[in-house]
Amino acid sequence: MSMPFYVAPEQVMKDRADYARKGIARGRSLVGLTFAGGILVCAENVSRTLHKVSEIYDRIAFAGVGKYNEFDSLRTAGVRHADLKGYNYSREDVDARSLANAYAQTLGQIFTHEMKPMEVEILVAEVAADPPDDQLFHILYDGTVVDEEGFTVLGGEAETIAERMKQAYQATADLGAALRAAVGALAGPDRQLEPRELEVAVLDRGDGRRAFRRLENDELAALLTSS
Amino acid sequence: MTLPRFSPDRDPGSSFVDLVRRMNGEPPKVEPNEHGPVIAHGTTICALRYHEGVIMAGDRRATAGSSIAHRAMDKVHPADRHSGVAIAGSAGFALEMVKLFQLQLEHYEKVEGAALSLEGKANQLAQMVRQNLPMAMQGLVVIPLFAGYDLRRQVGRIYTYDATGGRYEETDFHADGSGGRDARTTIKLGWTEGLDRAAAIELAVEALYEAADEDSATGGPDPVRGIYPTVATITAAGYTPVPESEVSERFAALIQHKSESGHPR
Repeated sequence: MSMPFYVAPEQVMKDRADYARKGIARGRSLVGLTFAGGILVCAENVSRTLHKVSEIYDRIAFAGVGKYNEFDSLRTAGVRHADLKGYNYSREDVDARSLANAYAQTLGQIFTHEMKPMEVEILVAEVAADPPDDQLFHILYDGTVVDEEGFTVLGGEAETIAERMKQAYQATADLGAALRAAVGALAGPDRQLEPRELEVAVLDRGDGRRAFRRLENDELAALLTSS
Repeated sequence: MTLPRFSPDRDPGSSFVDLVRRMNGEPPKVEPNEHGPVIAHGTTICALRYHEGVIMAGDRRATAGSSIAHRAMDKVHPADRHSGVAIAGSAGFALEMVKLFQLQLEHYEKVEGAALSLEGKANQLAQMVRQNLPMAMQGLVVIPLFAGYDLRRQVGRIYTYDATGGRYEETDFHADGSGGRDARTTIKLGWTEGLDRAAAIELAVEALYEAADEDSATGGPDPVRGIYPTVATITAAGYTPVPESEVSERFAALIQHKSESGHPR
């Protein structure tokens, strides 16, 4: 009987992490941030139909970067998780924290037990009545959950974009200012992002039951140009 | 609760009903008989087309046998932004069906990224009524009335159902439930093409009044407790409940008119 080669567990984990990071770095980044009127998620995405940012539940949104089919299957699972929980208990009992934990469990399980880790990073955001209670959970390919304050950046160039975002971020900004800050951070000093290269959605802090709303076409262009 | 994930061949797709069945198992089968509990029933509901869209209305009474089970039950519910569903029949099953239907429409919209067409929603409801057929055979019938504003055709549309899940589109108006026949006759006599909002609400209110006059299981206006039938409009702008104050004014005017004319029929 032949013996399999011994590979140190550290090496296995490192190889998997490198693999996942490489996959994520191929895609474009996105920024999620809280502002006076709610939570804004702004992604660089040339497709009008294959969304990176979506609605999960009344006050919860999802965003993913990396491999589309992988984060989209996580999105669908999240919608199911939330809708089932709301059906079995009550709409008030659906929260971002428990969803983020469920995502972390699944991603962690896949990272350690399956051949290939998921090449994704996801954001679960929940808007609250007051800005300090807003929640942004950034979940990595290996199941690590980070509870972010103010803003978070997902994707390959996260560090440089986060640095730019830190300069521009203001918690009390209105929608237009928050959007321009996010787009400026995503684009960097050397290029300009057009509305058609962006996918933008907000979770409105208002009274409506379903807080999720996409910003598209004219509205997006108007917000980007006004100052 | 763990994340519900499925292999592609077992995936319930955008169906919330299938998802619930996968996760929670089949609902228990019940076999009611004459010694079983008396179950609450809901009663008269109606819908009619007017120039902006559709009006839906329903009384508030639920009965259990010959006694009144609830005085303030809502039978007209929003199904999603541009459609509403009203229910007659076994109250518990009917309310569960409404809840599942609302969730199904929203679930589909979120999973697929686009809302169902009005026709698609009507067919979805037909399937849910058909799934209730074994219960209907035991006497636990649920008959919904579905109406909505078709954004593609820009017109209000009304769908009716029978206990087997048969789905029929009505051109102008319909009423269902134990007082449905009287309500339907009243609307038939007063309906014309292109009614305005006020006239359409008046007609719906009158239909419910006449139904309550003839049918003991239909509740009329209750000024003592301040309980009035539910009325809602569905137009291009979406589902909007008509404020209770407006409904009570309509009833007051109707009752005054009837007493002044001197011969309550």
